[in-house]
Amino acid sequence: MSLLTFLAQQQPEPVQRVVDTVTTGEAITFWVLGPLALAGALGMLFARNAVHSALWLVVTMLSLGVLYMVQQAPFLGFVQIIVYTGAIMMLFLFVLMMVGRDSSDSVVEVIRGQRLAAALLGIGFAVILVGSVGRALTSVEPRGLAEANTTNGGNVGNIGQKLFTDYLFAFELTSALLITAALGAMILAFVGRDGKPAKKTQKELVEERFQDGTRVGSLPGPGVFATANSVATPALLPDGTVAEESLFEVIEATDRSTLSDDVADVAGTGHVADAHALKGSES
Amino acid sequence: MTQQFVAAEIGETAKLLADDPIWLVLVKVVAIFAFLVVMTLFMINWERKVVARMQHRPGPNRVGPNGWLQSLADGLKLAFKEDIRPVLADKWVFFLAPVISCIPAFLAFSVIPLAGEVNLFGEQTALQLVDLPVGVLVVLACSSIGVYGIVLSGWASGSPYPLLGALRSAAQVISYEIAMGLSIVAVIMFTGSMSTGDIVGAQATTVLGFAPGWFGLLLFPSFAIYVVSMVGETNRAPFDLPEAESELVGGFHTEYSSLKFALFFLAEYVNMVTVSALATTLFLGGYHAPWSGEFMNTGWWGLLWFIIKTLGFLFIFIWLRGTLPRMRYDQFMRLGWKVLVPTSLVWIMAVAVIRTGAIQQLSTAQRLIALGVVVGLVLLVSFLLPDKKVQDTKGVPLAGSGFPVPPLDLVVPKAAPKRKVKVANIPADKAAVTTGKEAE
Repeated sequence: MSLLTFLAQQQPEPVQRVVDTVTTGEAITFWVLGPLALAGALGMLFARNAVHSALWLVVTMLSLGVLYMVQQAPFLGFVQIIVYTGAIMMLFLFVLMMVGRDSSDSVVEVIRGQRLAAALLGIGFAVILVGSVGRALTSVEPRGLAEANTTNGGNVGNIGQKLFTDYLFAFELTSALLITAALGAMILAFVGRDGKPAKKTQKELVEERFQDGTRVGSLPGPGVFATANSVATPALLPDGTVAEESLFEVIEATDRSTLSDDVADVAGTGHVADAHALKGSES
Repeated sequence: MTQQFVAAEIGETAKLLADDPIWLVLVKVVAIFAFLVVMTLFMINWERKVVARMQHRPGPNRVGPNGWLQSLADGLKLAFKEDIRPVLADKWVFFLAPVISCIPAFLAFSVIPLAGEVNLFGEQTALQLVDLPVGVLVVLACSSIGVYGIVLSGWASGSPYPLLGALRSAAQVISYEIAMGLSIVAVIMFTGSMSTGDIVGAQATTVLGFAPGWFGLLLFPSFAIYVVSMVGETNRAPFDLPEAESELVGGFHTEYSSLKFALFFLAEYVNMVTVSALATTLFLGGYHAPWSGEFMNTGWWGLLWFIIKTLGFLFIFIWLRGTLPRMRYDQFMRLGWKVLVPTSLVWIMAVAVIRTGAIQQLSTAQRLIALGVVVGLVLLVSFLLPDKKVQDTKGVPLAGSGFPVPPLDLVVPKAAPKRKVKVANIPADKAAVTTGKEAE
């Protein structure tokens, strides 16, 4: 608190930005970015691909951020870009990329009455939104931020002071909510290790291998000879017998007849492609 | 904390820049763009030469004087390569990704003060494009947008290695941006402003009579954390996990070729220059000379100091690349979340307490009491911490393995005095080893 007031007092009058009317530049920016933000919102709704949806939302958020900056709230604008566009949407994208590009939305209703509740809440939200925007457009007189941006430490100083004095309770409550949400997510995602031992470290694995003692080193590789370069070729022991450990069980379990085409291909006795006979494979 | 706090300069740069005519702004924009591109060309060459010297080989020395035009030739060649788009790629996002990664890299440089007040074509101005009251945030915002380029390129390529690189990059940059932001907080607390011009202005002091009042010295922990996180933020060795060529082929830009790849390359080097310039601005006094006073410290001299300091940071980037092996991913994340972020938080608390003490003019007795309380708390916490489990330093316990292992306290007995061994006189034809002539 005292630090903030100190910071606030330290700053003499910054650059005068006392224009409280809508300037031409601001109007141009609005008419460029407003439709862009709207297009982004619509694109988010109608894009087929989930990642494209997220990108359209990023466009909207960026446009809003720039609009804040133009409307004399540079701190809010950049925080919007850093926090929402930079961190939150990035996490969204992260999850979407993990899910995979071809996965489509599930249309199965898991929670009973979900759609009804969603519709009701959506309509309620729309009513509140329209009401507040309507009130803001008609009965609230705009004051402009010129005063707040030039006195008492400027834009950042004033926001900090408000946050930590008048809105301290709301601020702390929000942070408590966020921490609770993060903790909840961690608990949901936490894979319980009840009963199961923790993942073995490299050292434990080494010790275990030596104490077991059956095989300390790695398994023998396949015997790749001058006559064959297939991994199916078994390694030979010094006495000429096949080293059982070098055999790969999947290959060993495969019937040889299923491989006869490949064998013929490698041996050069099968179908030979002829440039003059473009007929495809004989079958 | 006896350093003199100078608040008089706050807002000066912004005032100086406020009356720039539009042509001057355009000149500055073009100059910054040219500076960054030239720096990229120079950096690629410099990096190759320095790494080569570190590895006892000559490096590029064919194109141009001493090989200094090699990167220009490579860049031209790159532009004329065939542009390939994989079949599975997402057309528009694949095209947009390099653009998204490139534009913010250039944009971030607009708030960096290159020099103080100079006379440019008869106009008194500062060598800086804009001086916003939230200048430092601009750089952070630009770097957070720049990640989109990497993440989207990985996703849009439609192949697994780029996707893995993109996922790594997303997690990495978010983690290290937190550490970076926290390391900047202490500087902002000292300056009382987020504008880069003011931050440089606040460092034009001396501490203890001779040392420059740079935040890199006053706030050394913040400086160290910033330098580590700036390497993580720009995806450079040893933190170049998104493009780890030994694991992910080329990482996020595996599928890119021609100009699109060149844009990624450009963005990486421009980002390096930008974070180095920001480090100079925040921690090494920006365009100020290492001494106070007017001598070689005004006007265009500032540009010289700024470039020298920035090149120093860029050399550190090269040095790291030539020296350190790549970190493993989990180690890298542990460093970010468990070392850098908590250290930053504790350090910011300490700075806040010290600043409050300095501002409120506490008496010596009060300061000593506060110090005692802090020391007491630290002691209390250290007593409460459980002892570290004593590691068995005698190595791997091998008992029970069945392998014939000598005991650890083995004493080799002294060799017995030599005796003549009586050997039985075996006839030659009964010997175990035959000459092979018997069969004939």
